[in-house]
Amino acid sequence: MSVAVETKKLTMIQGINDALSTALNEDERTLILGEDVGVNGGVFRATEGLQEKYGSGRVIDTPLAESGIMGTSIGLAANGFRPIAEMQFLGFVYPAFNQIMTHATRLRQRTLGRYTSPLVIRAPYGAGVRAPEIHSDSVEALFTHMPGIKVVVPSNAYDAKGLLLESIADPDPVIFLEPMRCYRSSKTEVPEEKYKIELGKAATLKEGEDVSIFTWGAMTIETMKAVEQLEAEKEISCEVIDLRTLYPLDRDAIAASVQKTTRAVVVQEAPLTGGVSSEVLSVIQDTSFLYLRSPVKQVGGLDVPVPVYSLENEYLPSVDKIKYAVEQTVSF
Amino acid sequence: MINDFPMQQLIDQDGNVLDHERMQEISIEKVKDMYYFMHRARLLDKKCVNLQRQGRIGTYVQYEGQEGAQVGSALALEEGDWMFPTYRDHAATLTYGQTMKNLLLNWRGRIEGGIAPEGIHIFPPAVPIASQLPQAAGAALAEKKKGTDRVSLVYFGDGATSEGDFHEGLNFASVFQTPTVFFNQNNGYAISVPVEKQMNSETIAQKGLGYDMNCLRIDGNDVIGVYCAVKDAVHKARSGAGPTLIEAVTWRYGAHTTADDPSKYRDQSESEVRRQTTDPLLRVEKYLKAQDAWQEQWKQEIEAQIESEIETALEEMESYPEPEMNQLFDYVFETPTWTIQQQIDEHLAVKGGKTS
Repeated sequence: MSVAVETKKLTMIQGINDALSTALNEDERTLILGEDVGVNGGVFRATEGLQEKYGSGRVIDTPLAESGIMGTSIGLAANGFRPIAEMQFLGFVYPAFNQIMTHATRLRQRTLGRYTSPLVIRAPYGAGVRAPEIHSDSVEALFTHMPGIKVVVPSNAYDAKGLLLESIADPDPVIFLEPMRCYRSSKTEVPEEKYKIELGKAATLKEGEDVSIFTWGAMTIETMKAVEQLEAEKEISCEVIDLRTLYPLDRDAIAASVQKTTRAVVVQEAPLTGGVSSEVLSVIQDTSFLYLRSPVKQVGGLDVPVPVYSLENEYLPSVDKIKYAVEQTVSF
Repeated sequence: MINDFPMQQLIDQDGNVLDHERMQEISIEKVKDMYYFMHRARLLDKKCVNLQRQGRIGTYVQYEGQEGAQVGSALALEEGDWMFPTYRDHAATLTYGQTMKNLLLNWRGRIEGGIAPEGIHIFPPAVPIASQLPQAAGAALAEKKKGTDRVSLVYFGDGATSEGDFHEGLNFASVFQTPTVFFNQNNGYAISVPVEKQMNSETIAQKGLGYDMNCLRIDGNDVIGVYCAVKDAVHKARSGAGPTLIEAVTWRYGAHTTADDPSKYRDQSESEVRRQTTDPLLRVEKYLKAQDAWQEQWKQEIEAQIESEIETALEEMESYPEPEMNQLFDYVFETPTWTIQQQIDEHLAVKGGKTS
């Protein structure tokens, strides 16, 4: 029996807007706070039309102060609301770091559950869109290292809607990182109805036999390009896993894929040292050490500050670097 | 600016009434209540310093000298209001309903120590300076959105006014006109740094002008004056007139904490002079004596009662069961993630299955 599901083709930014609208519509406790999220609809239009529809009391243009946005959201969350706080760019989250690290992520434990912080922090992130300085940072690892917050990164409209609705429903803080390169890079079929995607579950973008490539966010774009070339030019069959949630990682999916292909490459945009890719490696060696036929390779950003855009293509992991790593792993 | 923000008093340090009209609202019984709460807080504070010296609690943060500011402000709150204290505001939290046992547990390094009895909205004491101010604005905004008339009262010191979160908290409260009372205790020192080095402005109250906020400067050692000023600010907040910044000028007699030596940065004889002159308890005693309402026997009775309360709380603290291991793991997320679950399993495996 097939059930007809109404779908529409959406870009990721439209999928996010759809999820936000759904959440505002179904629960009065849901609020959006951020800079330019109201009348302007957000600098990327993630909140376009929402203030008009739900009012300035629920889609709130705040003063330009990230710590103030976070602190106020924590107070709202502890007192019964479900705030979605937008950081205009992830590179601007640093003034809010104290509020997230010392309060949002600890409130449940500091009060043994009396008060909690059921809030979502949304932030556009990543390089590759020729943005001004500091607008292109990939600092997801700052948050995966922070106990008490989940870290989610969608790469397409379908995932974005389902993951964002699940993040909003989550009883604890979630940071929802939106790769700017994915905002309008593709359109996917998105059900008009509400659906949720469980956090901590990876998605298989492509099945393959010879090597598993683990990646997330905008690097899914580079990875899929590299895979297409590798399969055509070298006949290497690649499996591509979009991790989607970086904390907690999908341990079972990582293990299952590596144990099938026996080789692995991890591709991340962020600087390599101390990054999430190291955690993926840790899961692989913990679960699948005896299955490996070659050392796991990592492809990542450089251990340098994310540069201004004239240098960003040098900085970012390239299709060639991914191909090189995969070939080395397969021919080891 | 100092002339625009004179330090307002209802009762001067000799116990004389300066505002007779306002004092008509305040019964002798109410004043005796204030004295009781201040005395209770002071005796607990003194006990805690001793307990720390004896190694029975950890590093302790004294508030002696600031009881007028803390008790007067706390008594102006009602049920359902929100209190956002720092680690030096236990006279306030005790007065608003936190238990002595929990305050002692707090200094014993126990999570329970930061949790108030059910139904009393007290946030756990904020440690990162000024971080609680935007949260108090947020909690008050929530009350406003719910359509209640409940307010938030947030405590912070003079040093906190240098932090970004002080300004962000005031600005958010001002922009959203939240029912928040920003209650500053200017005790003259941020650990060792005197207020003159902390800011180039003559008062803290004037900082509210930048946010077009009700702002005033009061004598924090005049408990009745504090009570009335905060009551007014709370009333404004309840009636939709927005936030207020109150600078309560006070003094801590002792060290920043039991790990601090104030003789390195100030002459402690100043504290001795102040004990004889501006002390908040002494002032009430003088007032009550002038009203012919002071009974030495009453003081001895409440003292005995408080000491017995402290002894009971101390026994409860010292016989409190050791923390369960699950406190470590069970409250990070509503449901532990697999990394935490794996760590629980390994932890238990190494410990042979024991949970504490």
